[in-house]
Amino acid sequence: MSDKKSFLEKLSTGQVWTSIFRGGGVPQSRRQRMMVVLNSVFLHLHPVRLPKHAVKLKFTWCMGGLSFFIFLILTISGILLMFYYRPTIEYAYTDMIDLTEQVPFGIMREIHRWGAHAMVITVWLHMFRVFMTGSYKPPREFNWAIGVILLVLTLLLSFTGYLLPWDQLAIWAIAVGSNMAGATPLLGAEGPGSALLAIGDINFITKVSDARFALIGGRFLGEATLLRFYVLHCIGLPFIIMIFMAVHFWRIRKDGGISTPV
Amino acid sequence: MPEATEKRTATIAPSSPPPAALGQADDGSSVTRRSFFSWISIGWLAFVAATGGFFTMMLRFFFPNVLFEPVQTFRAGYPDDYIVGEVDLRWKEKYGVWVVRNDDGIYALSTVCTHLGCTPNWQPSAKKFKCPCHGSGFRITGIHFEGPAPRPLERFKITLADDGQIIIDKNQKYQQEKGQWTDPEAFLKV
Repeated sequence: MSDKKSFLEKLSTGQVWTSIFRGGGVPQSRRQRMMVVLNSVFLHLHPVRLPKHAVKLKFTWCMGGLSFFIFLILTISGILLMFYYRPTIEYAYTDMIDLTEQVPFGIMREIHRWGAHAMVITVWLHMFRVFMTGSYKPPREFNWAIGVILLVLTLLLSFTGYLLPWDQLAIWAIAVGSNMAGATPLLGAEGPGSALLAIGDINFITKVSDARFALIGGRFLGEATLLRFYVLHCIGLPFIIMIFMAVHFWRIRKDGGISTPV
Repeated sequence: MPEATEKRTATIAPSSPPPAALGQADDGSSVTRRSFFSWISIGWLAFVAATGGFFTMMLRFFFPNVLFEPVQTFRAGYPDDYIVGEVDLRWKEKYGVWVVRNDDGIYALSTVCTHLGCTPNWQPSAKKFKCPCHGSGFRITGIHFEGPAPRPLERFKITLADDGQIIIDKNQKYQQEKGQWTDPEAFLKV
C-alpha cells in the first residue's frame, strides 16, 4: 500500500469535510454510520437504522413519505408563485392568469394546484394504511393524534389556498365555508347558543365579533379576506404544520420505529 | 504537548483568591432560600400574566375597529322608478339588493340565498328566484318553496328621504320567520 492518498481520501479526511461531517472519513462501521445520521440536522429526525421489513412498499405504501415529499414540492412551487402573485382584489385573478399563460413554465401553478390535491389524497391514504395496519395502537396513540392535527392543517391549507385565485369558484366556496363558520355553536353569530354569551343587553357574539368575522376579516368577503387567507396560507399554517411534522417524524422513531411490531 | 498542560494548570489554579461563593455573604440584604422562592413565584406569575395578556392582544388584534368595506346605505331613486309587479335588478350587482314593487308598496330583498350564501337568479317566466348552487327556489315575496333553503330571503330596511328618494339600509335586516316583515321599516307603503 502506497503512502499516496487518493483525491477522495484526502477530501474525506481534510478539514473542510470533517468540519461539516463529524466522525471523519467514509463511515466504515455501524457506529460510524449511526453517527453520520445522528450528527446531521436533516437526517437526525429519521431513524438511524431501518429494519428491512419496515420499508416494504406492500406494507407502508410509502404514503407518509409521499405526503412529505409533496409538501416539499408545494413549499418550493408556492414560494415561486409568490414572486408574481399579489393578494389584492384588483390583481389576484389577473396575476393568476398571468402565471398560467405568460410567466415561463406556467405549469408551476398547475404543479402547486395538483400537488395540493395529491397531498390531500396521500394524507388520507396514509391515515387509512395506519388504521388498517393497526399502527395507531399504543404506544403510538399520541402520534395518531398528531397525525389527525396534521390532516386538519392539510385541509385548512387547501381551504385557504382555494380563495387565492379569486374567481367565482373560489369566492363561492369560501362564501359557503365562512357561512358555516358563522353557524358555529356559541362562537358564530348565526349559530346555536350565541345569545348565551351576553351580559344583559350586550351581545358579545355579533356579526363583527364571531368566528366568521375572525376568519374573513370583515362582514363580507373582500380585500381583508383575501389578505387574511393569503397570510394564513403562505406563512401561518405552513409554520404550524412544520412544527407538528417535526414532532410526528421524531415520534415515529421514539415510538418503536416505522411499522415495527412493539 | 507540554504547552497545553501548562495552560490548563494555569486556569485551574489562578493566582488571585476565588470570589465569595453564592449564599455565603453575611450581610442581611442577601437572598435567602425562602425569599428566593417567593421571588421566583412572583416572577412566574408575572410571566404567566404577560403571556396571557399577549394572547388576549393577539385575539383582539383580529377584530379591527374600522372596516374598509363598501357603504351599506344607498339611495335607490324615487318610488315611481319602479314598476308594479316586477323585480328590479338594477341594484343587484352593486349592492346585492332586489327592489320589488307590488300593489301596496316596495320592499328590498337580499340577493343572498339563505341556504349557503350564493346569489339566486330571478326567472321572470317562472316568477321565482332560483339559486344556481343547490337549486333553492323563492317566490317573488322571498318565501322559499323548493330546494334546501331553510328560510325566506331577508329584507332590508327601506325608508323615504326628505327629498322623496328611497333609502335602503343593509345594516338592518328583517327576517320573515322571526315575524319581522310586519315592521313598518321593512316595507315602504306607496
